[in-house]
Amino acid sequence: MSAHAHAIAAEDHDHPVGSARLFSWVWLWLLLLTAVEVFLAYERLAPVLMLTILVGLSLIKSALIIAYFMHLKFERLGLFLILIPAMVFCICMMLIWFFPDSVRLMHMHSN
Amino acid sequence: MSETEFEGIVESPWSGGHSPFAVNSKKLGMWLFIVSDSLTFSALIVSYAWLRLANPAWPRPFEIWPAIAKSSLMTLILLSSSLTMVLGVAAAHKGEIKKAVRYLLATMVCGLAFVLIHATEWVTLFDEGVTPWSNPWHVPLFGGTFFGLTGLHMLHVTIGVAYLGVIAWGYSKGKWNADHVEVSGLYWHFVDLVWMFIFPMVYLMSVNPK
Repeated sequence: MSAHAHAIAAEDHDHPVGSARLFSWVWLWLLLLTAVEVFLAYERLAPVLMLTILVGLSLIKSALIIAYFMHLKFERLGLFLILIPAMVFCICMMLIWFFPDSVRLMHMHSN
Repeated sequence: MSETEFEGIVESPWSGGHSPFAVNSKKLGMWLFIVSDSLTFSALIVSYAWLRLANPAWPRPFEIWPAIAKSSLMTLILLSSSLTMVLGVAAAHKGEIKKAVRYLLATMVCGLAFVLIHATEWVTLFDEGVTPWSNPWHVPLFGGTFFGLTGLHMLHVTIGVAYLGVIAWGYSKGKWNADHVEVSGLYWHFVDLVWMFIFPMVYLMSVNPK
């Protein structure tokens, strides 16, 4: 085993992995955001606005899950860079092609 | 990370450097699976959102009881299972085998509770005449998207419970190490993450406004 591999192994054990207290706080925030979502469901908002707010809150929740529960905040930046940007790009492409059309159809049907 | 993970790495000018991401191959593999699976779910969720917005007559059948109360409870259970999972991984990395296995079992119990409550939700909808092909509200796609999305997610939870069971067994026997527990945790948190999109978009977008 090379010295370099030893250095990596040591780094892996030394880096902060989060405490039970931190994880409990993340869990509480996730519950709080969920409660806000359930509350919003009973406010009669327009579907597009409603969908935008709900997806926005869900994105915050998934960022919390990925960063803390899935530990990505504590990994090397390189791992984040090969995984997340390409995925986000693909999802954005799906949205670009779908959404203008669905909003157009919605207005067409409601007229 | 166990030291044996790095044995066998042969240095060559074309090897791309030693472990540039400082994770073992299992973890990198699981992350790549998660990225591809998240694109599968994204495609389903985006097409559902398209259908939902393009149909102003989309049914809004979910009452506070049972649908919203149950699905909120399921969300609480799944989020709590992620907490027990992450605490289990932390215990495993500290070498506290009994504690880690107990947390894994707690996570599995939560997962099973999620599936069982969800099954009762499905039965309620069947009783109302909702199938993947038809429903009383004359928007057949409602059933297709609902059962498609929640069904695929439920399948993931069921597989996750089985996966955690195998890992808990092997880890308690000393067959596998804390890395295996951590990688199974990644899968479990991902299943939780997907529900964070399905719950608001499928349930909360179709609350009965009465």
